[in-house]
Amino acid sequence: MANIFAFVESRGLELRKVGLEAVTAARTLADKSGSGEVHALVLGPPGIAAKASQLGQYGADVVIAVEHAGLANYSPEVATATAADRIKSGGYRAAIFSTSAQGRDLAPRVAARLGVSAVTDVISFDLEGATVVVRHPINIGKVIATLAIAGSPAVIAMRPNVIAPAQNAKAGRVENAQPAVDPGSTRVKVVETRQGGSGKLDLAEAPVVIAGGRGLKAAENFKLVEDLASAFGNAAVGATRAVTDDGWRPHSDQIGQTGRLVSPELYIAVGISGAVQHLAGMRTSKTIVAVNKDKDAPIFKVADYGIVGDVFEVIPALTEAVREAKKHH
Amino acid sequence: MKIAVCIKRVPDMDVRFKIGADNVSLDEAGLKFDINDFDAWAVEAALQLKEKDAASEVTVISLGPDVVQETIRKALSMGADRGVQLKSDKVPFDGFPVAKALAEELKGGGYELILFGKMSPDSSNGVVGPMTAEFLGLPCVTAISSLEIANGKGTAKRELEGAQEIVEFQLPAVLTVDEGLNTARYPSLKGIMAAKKKPLQVKPVQLADPQVVVRKLELPAERKAGRIVGEGAAAVPELVKLLQTEAKVL
Repeated sequence: MANIFAFVESRGLELRKVGLEAVTAARTLADKSGSGEVHALVLGPPGIAAKASQLGQYGADVVIAVEHAGLANYSPEVATATAADRIKSGGYRAAIFSTSAQGRDLAPRVAARLGVSAVTDVISFDLEGATVVVRHPINIGKVIATLAIAGSPAVIAMRPNVIAPAQNAKAGRVENAQPAVDPGSTRVKVVETRQGGSGKLDLAEAPVVIAGGRGLKAAENFKLVEDLASAFGNAAVGATRAVTDDGWRPHSDQIGQTGRLVSPELYIAVGISGAVQHLAGMRTSKTIVAVNKDKDAPIFKVADYGIVGDVFEVIPALTEAVREAKKHH
Repeated sequence: MKIAVCIKRVPDMDVRFKIGADNVSLDEAGLKFDINDFDAWAVEAALQLKEKDAASEVTVISLGPDVVQETIRKALSMGADRGVQLKSDKVPFDGFPVAKALAEELKGGGYELILFGKMSPDSSNGVVGPMTAEFLGLPCVTAISSLEIANGKGTAKRELEGAQEIVEFQLPAVLTVDEGLNTARYPSLKGIMAAKKKPLQVKPVQLADPQVVVRKLELPAERKAGRIVGEGAAAVPELVKLLQTEAKVL
């Protein structure tokens, strides 16, 4: 029997999908080990405990909710100290985080404080006896490493979208706890979290990603991509590095080796040639569609379905067809 | 203000990698190596602070065998003042012993700012910077895309998923650098000449045993060959049908 710890990422009063995935990953690992419990930690402003009670559905046996007015924004020092204290006292076999901006910040710090290592961007895991064994892409996804984690607890951060948050009927027991350090006394303070557009889907979490490249010819032509995304309704918009370097889109929209990693259900590449550095960020997408006027573009080598043609002609037609298809559902 | 920048030598990713005979390492034959992009941006950030008279000295540190001296020289040719090689036979996948060794070197160095790239493309793990900060007990801000230092305090921006954080921090601090902070300069001929005379100290280190061990490397399954559905807008109905009935994503 081994209990598993999960850190549930939140933003303001919202639990993020990657946080639910962490809980479900912890549940899976606990079940593999026999009869372990899943303990999920959530930090946030007053009101977060009420939100956190739903985590039972995703597999948490115990939800530890830390509410504090000083936690409206992420506090790396409070989160590190609180998670590390809890993990130390709980004797967990593994601690699960998310591979997100916050999880990448937090998991290695917590691990270091516990005197153990950490593996981020984990795409699958297993338990071999007492050893947690994970798979982790290296060299921009061109090689997959199988890693054995000797330290205990095994600190891992899951790649988004590789585990679907599982719903079950169990209710988690909510315990309220205090932050391990005073949020007012930290040396690093997030003074503001600026949201992107309201309700905008994030690239890493969206089931559909539409990405545009140089083939769109000008920043304003991204409207074609935006329109196609809105026809899907569940799509986020990304871009290639060439496009973000030219300032057509913000750097945070860049999919690729130095940018975001995405693995949506459906990826549509619009006017993208398929440079190695771009493929590194999207090759694990489940279905890839490419539209490009050059039939020899490398993107067609990874695309499941390709249309050779002018994006200014094909994309509006596709947008219309997707809109029609969505109407009949 | 003294600044340290920790840099890593990484292979160029624009190749087809081959797994070594031992199945746990890569065949390095034919690979080209250079400074990690994120680390080059960290070096650039340090140099820009020095040029604004906000820094007095920029030290670059790299851990690994003697070949990393080439990477250190590159940073020196960009304009860093001195280099330190923490000499070890290998650079393990596990960032924990690397961070321990770096912290040992940085401790007591009097650095007000310690910069890292946010991650390296080879191990793709991104743990060394924040772990080093923890071992040093210093404040840490990861993946910054803007930076201002004034009056012993810093302000940085971090890109989140669909949002940004504005972060204030006290010095000394550890920062890891994301893309977008700056564009790294190319070394000038003068810089390359000057770098040859800059001090590069070699210090042997004994790394702790790794806790994360590579058990196997493999190439990912190739995507099955796709197909061209057709040409132009006329192919759209067929594509939509395939997305609905075959891929079941619409």
